[in-house]
Amino acid sequence: MSPSDLIQRDRQWHPPAHAPDYKTSVARSPHNALLSLQNTDSELTGPTFGHDDIDAGDNDLLRNYAQTGDPIGERIILHGRVLDENARPVPHTLVEIWQANAGGRYRHKKDTYLAPIDPNFGGCGRTLSDDQGRYMFRTVKPGAYPWRNWVNNWRPAHIHISVFGTAFAQRLITQMYFEGDPLIAKCPIVNAIPDPRAIGQLVAALDLNASAPLDAIAYKFDIVLRGHRSTHFENRPEGN
Amino acid sequence: MIIVQALNYLKESASQTAGPFVHIGLAPGAAGFDIYARELGHDIIGPNAKGERITVTGTVTDGTGAPVKDVLIEVWQANAAGIYPGKGAVENSFRGWGRVIPDFDTGVFRFNTIKPGAVRGRNDVMMAPHLNLWLVARGINVGLNTRMYFADENTANASDPVLALIEQANRRDTLIAKADGTIYHFDICLQGAHETVFFDI
Repeated sequence: MSPSDLIQRDRQWHPPAHAPDYKTSVARSPHNALLSLQNTDSELTGPTFGHDDIDAGDNDLLRNYAQTGDPIGERIILHGRVLDENARPVPHTLVEIWQANAGGRYRHKKDTYLAPIDPNFGGCGRTLSDDQGRYMFRTVKPGAYPWRNWVNNWRPAHIHISVFGTAFAQRLITQMYFEGDPLIAKCPIVNAIPDPRAIGQLVAALDLNASAPLDAIAYKFDIVLRGHRSTHFENRPEGN
Repeated sequence: MIIVQALNYLKESASQTAGPFVHIGLAPGAAGFDIYARELGHDIIGPNAKGERITVTGTVTDGTGAPVKDVLIEVWQANAAGIYPGKGAVENSFRGWGRVIPDFDTGVFRFNTIKPGAVRGRNDVMMAPHLNLWLVARGINVGLNTRMYFADENTANASDPVLALIEQANRRDTLIAKADGTIYHFDICLQGAHETVFFDI
């Protein structure tokens, strides 16, 4: 039996394709309306990953690119759960993150910001959620960095997050921000999201209960993927 | 005022652009550094896949006609029998999924796979062979879904239920890759006169 269809994505909750204050979106947003499809196997299936795909230390950004010592910066634990819209955990799903270093510089050949590269920091990590949907990374808190949008635009500190779920139609890339960052309210990429509640859902909370005393401070960030519709009447192909 | 019961559904986390440095996380080799023992997404089909080996190449262009050189494309496909991994038996190590990055200088992408079989769609109507593609990049707020069909599958394409949903028949061609032997050319246009059809799936 096929899994039931996914709950329709709420396109009024997500940012629109065309968000003119985020200038790059102007020429990279389709003019035509998206064509809505009912789900088939093409959308309801998706790739799976296992522990033979990744290494246990891939989620420790304090160590996974260390050459001569630890990276410079605020040591943090990022943890949370991957859930679906029905509040069920999404177990064994691949979570990938990438970020700038403590000075806001990315280890990427196209990043020319004058803040220096940290020789002990790569800036990417990945893990599988556990059977309860929980995930955890250790890293440094990324710095804000300037970008060429308006001449004085600065991205709030953020970590990019990629999640799979079980269906290709659940595929999601988002960004997590940090509680209290005054740049969040000024960012055109953040403000492409129309609903302040949707923005708040992308802001990780300081979580002292999960901190490692005298070692690393924690932030908690739950990720919600699309859920499956309930099918109260299995014999009705149109669902309920 | 009466407060009704709470539904207690969660809302999906809002999407954000993958940004210009998506390669760091999803393809660090392309970003210029090696960090993982195994970088995921290089091999869509594995060594045992049955079916016709094909190459797909093309360019993603923006509304000005310029190539989008920082795009990342993910591919999801069935095997030659039309079976998706997880949905039935497929060849050992056939993942059906891959990541594709264009050349940073030219914007041309290229990947090797096998031609998928037809897949059973809704109400048992067969869908023509197709690749499912998902595009993320700087300037794209929510990843864009599209499909690539094959020009040498005219009969199957003519009865494909998804292509048939495209009201403007002239736009259907934007989803059909041109065949040149075993090489298929598929250009994706984000915006403008030849804009590719994108789906809300």
